[in-house]
Amino acid sequence: MADILKEVRFHGRGGQGAVTAADLLAIAGFKDGYHTLSFPMFGAEKRGTPVVSYFRISDEPIVIRDEVKRPDYVVVMDPSLIDVVDVLSGLKEDGMLIANYPTGSEDLKKKLNTEKKVYTINATKMATELLGRPITNTAMVGALVGATNLVSMESVESAIIEFFESKEIAEKNVELVRKAYEYMKEVCGW
Amino acid sequence: MIKVVRGFYAIAEAVRLSRPNVIAAYPITPQTEIVENLAEMYANGELGDAEYVTAESEFGAASMILGASAAGARAFTATSSQGLLLMTEVLYNAAGMRLPIVLVVANRAVSAPLSIWNDIQDSISIRDAGIIQLYVESNQEAHDMIPLAFKVAENKDVLLPFMICVDGFKLTHAYEPVDLLDQETVDKFLPPYNPVVKLDVNNPVAMGCYAPPPYYMEFRAAMEFAMDRARDVMLKEFEEWYKLTKRNWGGHVVADYCEDAEIVVVTMGSIVSLIRGVINQMRKDGMKVGLLKIRTYRPFPSDEVRDALKNADKVIVIDRALSIGAEPPLSADVKSAVLGNDLEFHSVIAGLGGRDVPRELVEKIIRDVAEGRAKPGKRFEGLNEFEEVIP
Repeated sequence: MADILKEVRFHGRGGQGAVTAADLLAIAGFKDGYHTLSFPMFGAEKRGTPVVSYFRISDEPIVIRDEVKRPDYVVVMDPSLIDVVDVLSGLKEDGMLIANYPTGSEDLKKKLNTEKKVYTINATKMATELLGRPITNTAMVGALVGATNLVSMESVESAIIEFFESKEIAEKNVELVRKAYEYMKEVCGW
Repeated sequence: MIKVVRGFYAIAEAVRLSRPNVIAAYPITPQTEIVENLAEMYANGELGDAEYVTAESEFGAASMILGASAAGARAFTATSSQGLLLMTEVLYNAAGMRLPIVLVVANRAVSAPLSIWNDIQDSISIRDAGIIQLYVESNQEAHDMIPLAFKVAENKDVLLPFMICVDGFKLTHAYEPVDLLDQETVDKFLPPYNPVVKLDVNNPVAMGCYAPPPYYMEFRAAMEFAMDRARDVMLKEFEEWYKLTKRNWGGHVVADYCEDAEIVVVTMGSIVSLIRGVINQMRKDGMKVGLLKIRTYRPFPSDEVRDALKNADKVIVIDRALSIGAEPPLSADVKSAVLGNDLEFHSVIAGLGGRDVPRELVEKIIRDVAEGRAKPGKRFEGLNEFEEVIP
């Protein structure tokens, strides 16, 4: 379960919902009774360019607003970012990288040349099948929670229902988040 | 009701609850979403009988709320950076005409070079206009201070514009739990605006008129006296607010551990929280460090500052703005408040244009002073090595 303070960094491309992913966790964590804070890496980002967002969760009110430099978890929402962004930057020694990457964790580990924990999921495929669009944010929230139990799945699902105005889109995303969660739980061997 | 919301929504919602009559604005990052939220509320019929106008520029927006306020309306706008600079000519007029408009500045660096990121150079640049300035540390504080701003500005003993300064992005774009006020609470605190004088065809007056040398100076001195009276009015309303909401934001300043601190860090805005965290830790480690958070910047709380620093040996003022060619703004004000005290004074400039100020830098700044490594005076921290070139 969540510790005193866990910090997560999301890497996405503008339009993929990296900010929404962090926001969903902020709502879910708050529902679980924690203090939460999510915020985008500020800039004039445009659709398709690499973007970053952050999430903090704590037992105590969160007063620090500087960028997350030493994340416990890094979530990569788009496989093409691996080549252009230093996704492992600052990741704690015992931290975890959770990536949307089609060819598996061993392959990614080798590519990144790291001994840190790396877990992958083909979120693009999953999202395209369920949503009809390669928007991977909810899938990656599911994958993160499946790998870490950072917040409860119940709260994630109710956060999604609250967040999306369209009931149909919300329900599809709940299905997607659950699928990604189950998949990652199995990968991690919970 | 506590809800996880974005900072700009917390601000817009508090404006709605304050029952404004006229909102005029022009979008600029990172303020845009404040008025976007208000525009949406307006479109949904949630703003009562308020008028919402998207102006053609910030100059237009400021002019419209000046006119609206002169006609007796409760008026609001929000802006940032260049937008505030463009409003400046009008805002000096609003202050001189003693119009109690309320504006939120989502603090952002000014051009050039172009930066959309946070520092407080924009609002600092019009500190001399006769506008009350309050810098907030969190979105909860921003939310709470909006009804209070209207009440103070509209007080007969004050009648000056009130500016709430909220760090752009760091606060405006943070998504976090905020205890949102309800209408009943705000109505209990903030009565409808009852102007002392207004533009009225049946009872004509001229406002902001021509003042030749025999009269001008008295008008300006009156602003100074009103700003002085605002000190007590604000303290009274801070107290009222606490009684009503049980949220105590303190007075013009908030002093932590200043009684026995050898070193006191003085600063304002959202950076205060981070510094408080560092200082709490240093205290646990036995270092005699204190923190002085400046909330009210105009009127400047000189007495409170002098009192908080009376036992300190060393002072570190962290400014996130410059007065190029002179002492940085907050530093200059703190210095004037402690004139005559025997103090080692460090004026540190950090965090300009969104430059991150991490915990490690704050620790370093304090340790350098504690261990005598830093020379007193003015210096930049977190500055990269660079070669000066004229772009």
